[in-house]
Amino acid sequence: MRTPIFLLISLLIAAAVFGAAIAAGNDYIFFAGYVVMQYVVLATAWNILGGYCGYVNFGTAAFFALGAYSTVAIYKYTTNNDTFPIPIPVLMLIGGVVSGIVGFGMGYLTLRLRGAFFAIATLALAVVLETLVVNWEYVGGSRGAYILRPETVPIVGNYVRYLFLIMLLLAVAALTVARLIEHSRLGYGLATIRDDELAAEASGVPTLRLKLIATTISGALMGMAGAPFPYYISYLQPDSTFGFDYAVNSIAMALIGGTTNWIGPLIGAVVLGTLQQIATVTISSAVNLLIVGLLLVFFVIVAPNGILGLVHKYLRRKPDDFVGRRRIGIDAPEAAPQSVPGTAPGPSL
Amino acid sequence: MIFSFDLIINAIVSGILIGGFYAAVTCGVSLAFGILDIVNIAHPAFIILGSYVAYIANVDLGLDPVVTAIIMLPAFYALGVAIYQIYYVSFERRGQESLRGLAFFFGLLFITEVTLVLTFGVDYRYVNASYIGPTWHLGDVDMPLRLFVPCVISLALIAVLQLLLTRTFIGRAIMAVAQDQLALRLMAVDPIRIKRIAFGISIATASLAGAFLIIIQPVEPSVGREYIGRVFAICVLGGMGSLPGTIIAAILIGIVESFTSTFYGPSWAPAVSFGFLLLTLAVRPAGLLGR
Amino acid sequence: MSDLLAVDNLGKRFGGFVALEDISLSIAAGERLGLIGPNGSGKSTLVNCICGTLRNERGSVRFAGQAIDRLAAHQRTHLGLARSFQLPRPFVSLTLLDNIRIPLLYTVEARGTRHSAQSVVARSEQLLSEVGLQDKAHKLPRDLTQVEMRKLELARAMAAEPKLLIADESMAGLTHSEVEDILTLLVRLNEQGVSIILIEHIMRAVMSFSRRLVVLVSGRKIADGEPNEVMRDPEVERAYLGQ
Repeated sequence: MRTPIFLLISLLIAAAVFGAAIAAGNDYIFFAGYVVMQYVVLATAWNILGGYCGYVNFGTAAFFALGAYSTVAIYKYTTNNDTFPIPIPVLMLIGGVVSGIVGFGMGYLTLRLRGAFFAIATLALAVVLETLVVNWEYVGGSRGAYILRPETVPIVGNYVRYLFLIMLLLAVAALTVARLIEHSRLGYGLATIRDDELAAEASGVPTLRLKLIATTISGALMGMAGAPFPYYISYLQPDSTFGFDYAVNSIAMALIGGTTNWIGPLIGAVVLGTLQQIATVTISSAVNLLIVGLLLVFFVIVAPNGILGLVHKYLRRKPDDFVGRRRIGIDAPEAAPQSVPGTAPGPSL
Repeated sequence: MIFSFDLIINAIVSGILIGGFYAAVTCGVSLAFGILDIVNIAHPAFIILGSYVAYIANVDLGLDPVVTAIIMLPAFYALGVAIYQIYYVSFERRGQESLRGLAFFFGLLFITEVTLVLTFGVDYRYVNASYIGPTWHLGDVDMPLRLFVPCVISLALIAVLQLLLTRTFIGRAIMAVAQDQLALRLMAVDPIRIKRIAFGISIATASLAGAFLIIIQPVEPSVGREYIGRVFAICVLGGMGSLPGTIIAAILIGIVESFTSTFYGPSWAPAVSFGFLLLTLAVRPAGLLGR
Repeated sequence: MSDLLAVDNLGKRFGGFVALEDISLSIAAGERLGLIGPNGSGKSTLVNCICGTLRNERGSVRFAGQAIDRLAAHQRTHLGLARSFQLPRPFVSLTLLDNIRIPLLYTVEARGTRHSAQSVVARSEQLLSEVGLQDKAHKLPRDLTQVEMRKLELARAMAAEPKLLIADESMAGLTHSEVEDILTLLVRLNEQGVSIILIEHIMRAVMSFSRRLVVLVSGRKIADGEPNEVMRDPEVERAYLGQ
């Protein structure tokens, strides 16, 4: 399937989802659906680096929070100076650029080394950014920040509906980017890095550059997912924004769904995200997270290839046949990292 | 800003004392990550577990935290052995340690933390012991016993570990396991058994480190996160797997953090170790005392 | 005519252990060189220094008239230096065809020759059939035997269309006729103008293939010349009999 057709079908599905949610006539659906879509974006973004390239990022919360706090900083500036508020899509682009740059910088410093160092650095990044935010009074410091959101927006009406629609579209964009990468020369290059970096270099793959591209795209998407969050939550606190929930959820969703292609994180995020939204109503959020943690450990031990892997096993078919991973070069366009904000091509090394 | 002399001396002394404690926190990681190449990011969570064990024994039985930690060494050792067994069978043997193995430890970290939250809540807990209140005054220098006692026992712990690694057969086998598994097999030593023992020892140190932690400061389940960046920064800075290097790096980080807290405020301290970590990785990945 | 590869006073240490000392070696375009030496003599370290997997501390490596010491491994591959690994390192999640396609996409295209998608596939299939793996083009490397893995390794190195190919023990464990097959392949490649360094323990293969023989012992080059003469060299005899 060519990318424009894929995009068109995805948009039709998104429109159907949105229409069905309106028809259901319950605004809680938008409220919960926003979180599920947000996780689709986060898990997909995580998987671009983790699943395709084999580099573990524990800093989902950090990149997400970078997007969220970019929004808070801009919001404070616009309200303090009585300027026109910046629309959310623009905020998302800014959040994406900020996160993408931080991702690139972190990658540049640590991606030359073994993957473990990158993982550890991302783990520490969340702690440090939290320290910075806690000490940054302008965005509310440890007390947190309040965001006043309008009641309605033109055309869509209810503001939560609007936020949901935006996140739904971002999810479509993220999945399209992921799928595009997967079927491109870049995707194959990333796969060789995951399989064997030495052999990849020997075959002429510029591993550092590809890793940096993946880290930047992945970080940028996480930042874009975080940018509308202050408007969704109204009161943003460092504690919850930098919580481990984002990291554990994005990793668990990708690994439980299956990491080798774009469908895995989508399945993982929809299944796990929806279950969590239902469960938070009935049980406490801590129990909820405990279940996610246990599921993660259970899956990596028992079903390392996730739900997709189980399906393949059941169908007794090769993983690549099932999702129809085609040959590169035949109709797959080059991955176009410049279509994602915040992406800078790596240095030529 | 005027830095008075005794402020500086006190910052150095408390930095050294804290550094001694950091060495105990890190030595388990130096063993697991530095020597065995197991990226156990859950180590800080086991330390917090050690803190809570010490807390329960202290509140319910009035036991001294250090005594509890020593009694609990075999239990933590067994926990380590069990975790390594799962890790080996599920990831190391399948060659999946880099992605799924990391996710496994991340899951363990998370499960431990959330379980502690569910059991004890998010309130800070602390222990009582005779040495927690008093402070020795040596001239202008303050020497709080709650820092001094953990530091001394911590250095003793590392000395014992170092002796174990260099003077015993098992210890030498552990040092060899990273370099030459074939030679070990030729000597009829099972490398997996050696790694299991070593990882058990690594987790056992968390029992003591946890007791020290709750002696030094009140503990709640998420305190462990601050230590992730710190322990790995120290481990890398110390040259990955060298215990003397770990002590030097730990004291260095302790002093720098102590200065940061004294002159810029304690809320900035967690950023210090991360800065060091990034700097070390970028400039000199082999650490200060690279092997 | 200038040398294709010129290694000059190369030195490499691991901690206190001297792996390579003062190695000088030059290879002309189109040459067939055998590189032998006992285990641990530094053959693989030399290959790694030439190909960029390791960085040499002393000396220099020049390729096609350009200093390549500071270049990353993939840049050296782009310049025309290809290698096979001693222990095969296939891309385990890619089919054989895709394994071969990686160097075509990342090395051959980087040189500016852009093939159409169909010709990339055709070229990959051709390379696979040259090593006799055409029937397994859509299998994954885990379905291969050790011998087939070695053939895949060689085909992937050839796919980079190198000026110099370094074959690091690509024949260990192969039967007599399989060794012959690979030798024929290498000779044919050489006749197309590719220089080849063959690192091998099977002396029969080395002697029949090489026009020149270099012997490494304990990180030093002890002989370099016409193969039969080199083998009569008392120092070489001592090194080999002394094992």
